[in-house]
Amino acid sequence: MSDGPADESAAAPDRTPSPRADVCVVGAGPAGSLVAARLSRAEYDVVVLDAGPRFDPDERSDRMERHLRPGLDEPIWGMGGERDAYSSSGGRSYPLNAARVKGVGGSTLHWQGMVMRLHEQDFELDSSVGLGADWPLDYEDLRPYYAAAERELNVSGASDNPFAPPRERPHPLPAFPPSYSDSLFAEACETLEIATHSVPNARNSEPVDGQSACVGYGTCDPVCPSGAKYDATRHVERAEANGARVLDRVPVQRLEHDGAGDRVTAAVYATPDGEEHRQTAREFVVAAGGVETPRLLLLSASEAYPDGLANSSGVVGRYFMDHLFAGVGGTLDEPTRQKHVGFNTTESHQFYDRPDDSRTAIKLEFLNYAGPAPADVALGADVFGDALLERVRDAYGNRVAMGALVEQLPRAENRVRLDPSRTDDHGNPVPDVVWSLDDRTRRTLERANEIQRAVLTEMGADVKWTVGPENTGPAYHHMGTTRMGTDPKTSVVSPRLRTHDLSNLTLAGSSVFVTGGAMNPTLTIAALALKAADHVSERL
Amino acid sequence: MELTRRDALAVLVAAGAGSLAGCAAPRASDGDAGTGDAGDAGPVPVGDSEMETLVAVAEVVYPSAVDGVPKFVRTYTGGRVDADDAYARGVAAAVGSLDEYAEEFHGDRYAALSESTRREALDYMSVDVVDPVPDGTAAQRVRHYVVNELLYAFYTSPTGAGLAGLENPPGHPGGTESYREGPGR
Repeated sequence: MSDGPADESAAAPDRTPSPRADVCVVGAGPAGSLVAARLSRAEYDVVVLDAGPRFDPDERSDRMERHLRPGLDEPIWGMGGERDAYSSSGGRSYPLNAARVKGVGGSTLHWQGMVMRLHEQDFELDSSVGLGADWPLDYEDLRPYYAAAERELNVSGASDNPFAPPRERPHPLPAFPPSYSDSLFAEACETLEIATHSVPNARNSEPVDGQSACVGYGTCDPVCPSGAKYDATRHVERAEANGARVLDRVPVQRLEHDGAGDRVTAAVYATPDGEEHRQTAREFVVAAGGVETPRLLLLSASEAYPDGLANSSGVVGRYFMDHLFAGVGGTLDEPTRQKHVGFNTTESHQFYDRPDDSRTAIKLEFLNYAGPAPADVALGADVFGDALLERVRDAYGNRVAMGALVEQLPRAENRVRLDPSRTDDHGNPVPDVVWSLDDRTRRTLERANEIQRAVLTEMGADVKWTVGPENTGPAYHHMGTTRMGTDPKTSVVSPRLRTHDLSNLTLAGSSVFVTGGAMNPTLTIAALALKAADHVSERL
Repeated sequence: MELTRRDALAVLVAAGAGSLAGCAAPRASDGDAGTGDAGDAGPVPVGDSEMETLVAVAEVVYPSAVDGVPKFVRTYTGGRVDADDAYARGVAAAVGSLDEYAEEFHGDRYAALSESTRREALDYMSVDVVDPVPDGTAAQRVRHYVVNELLYAFYTSPTGAGLAGLENPPGHPGGTESYREGPGR
């Protein structure tokens, strides 16, 4: 199967520039597509440029099978190769191409779909407990945009979380009820005085807007064949219905600016035939994720901006953050009913807010997909028949596990920079992800493990594995590389998401996060994108 | 435990081949002669002979308590090969390799061997220990196109995975009720 667009064998789509675009958006992931949908609805002329292909929705079942079956090693969403070459340095290896999808829909095509608001403390971490930095806006500033983002993503949730920030109305759709295994955790958590609550999910608990309700394929990450899980192609479709143009396979090579260095004049992009084109516009919005957004700015260095476009502060690419995974798993002496669905239905934010500067945020998850599924065992087994069934029964059925996201604070040495020693398929230096862990993050991982072990022990589980400071990995949430702030000397964009240096350049997405908290970032990405769209609209 | 045509169709729908399986009778499961022809424009390469071999393998790799294997295999494989010619050629070639191996070392085509000999044949050919590789060695292709194809169909079906306690396995759109139900549902 090809990951190229189905229309390549027919007439090539028109990838020439729009003659009079009001807005050029770089990236058709959640941030870019929301901006495009919002601005095109206001009847602005919008063109979206994405580096990757437009994936055929009819091929999602094939992608699911590739995920479920060993031996079908082609990447599910086509990541890899010269186009996506990268370097990884620093203390920790970073598996960048497992962490993102290039193409129309972006990384929401393979995401888990958990959508929480950041807590009030997240926006004032330095002033409240002396950690990290404060955002230049607070929860109340973002609150209406969170509400709007929940509507845009059709979030299924409930107002049962005693630790969540205040909200104004119920979620658009009811929460998915707790799982059977949640009930096994609940008793232990009650004994340990750990409060649990529902999970807001960007997947439909009911049919809505012509979209299916979740039908339980159980393969949310990396692919939802039913389309019940939100992905950004929904807003791409809305933008196109509003008249926006969305061009695929057109990686932007650089941004050009005027003589004074005040305004971006064009996005120079390449087409599959090897040609380069210049898309001009009145406003530019770069929404290419936490790695490619800073990379594009660095690739756009000029005489006026020798260290990279919009980088007079020198912080473009710096303060790269991700969330760290902590987990503990084991077995019970009873069935746990795992793997029926691919998402979680219970969490605890009790250990989220930081009591002081001793640790960072912890978001606890109670997994509904612990251990292998029967097919996982069978397809790699070296026995068949009744012996295989026995092995499948031994491996599946009584597994239980908890996960957690742990916050990593912004540190300047963690960064995305250009690696001049390697180039991509267009001859551009590849991104080098410089990433390491600090002691506070390690301590927080240990604390998360301690809580998780206490819960599993209380349940009577035989603990089999732990993911902690020594073997943790990233949750694939790239944040912080073009941070927001009010001081042009220490930040890249203002609270209005516009770069300090160029008056018509907006950055949308997780790259503007000042701190990352421990919440899955996409709802905040969506809220900030809607805010950015409003500010762009005000200038048009 | 009875495997049903519905089980096979459920897996086919999940695999994206359901539209074919659900309307016109699948050609390959309809008793075509089958030639084993691997040519691009040739006849359907998975016919009765190949189906017999697949059923014979399924009877070895599936649990002994399962009934209805021939109908399940024919429905599932028929849907898959009718939907994808390249896949059908891969299945036919792998079945051909298995039959060649059986004839060379056991004196008859695979489906004609006793069940214990069929089991031994898979082991002797190393199908039990090789990785599944669609363009690999004969054993790797048998593992990919024959054994793992059959195991995938079985253990992603409600009945097959249900034998292990998971009636709504990954890949099967079994709704959002079962995850809430306890083991004594």
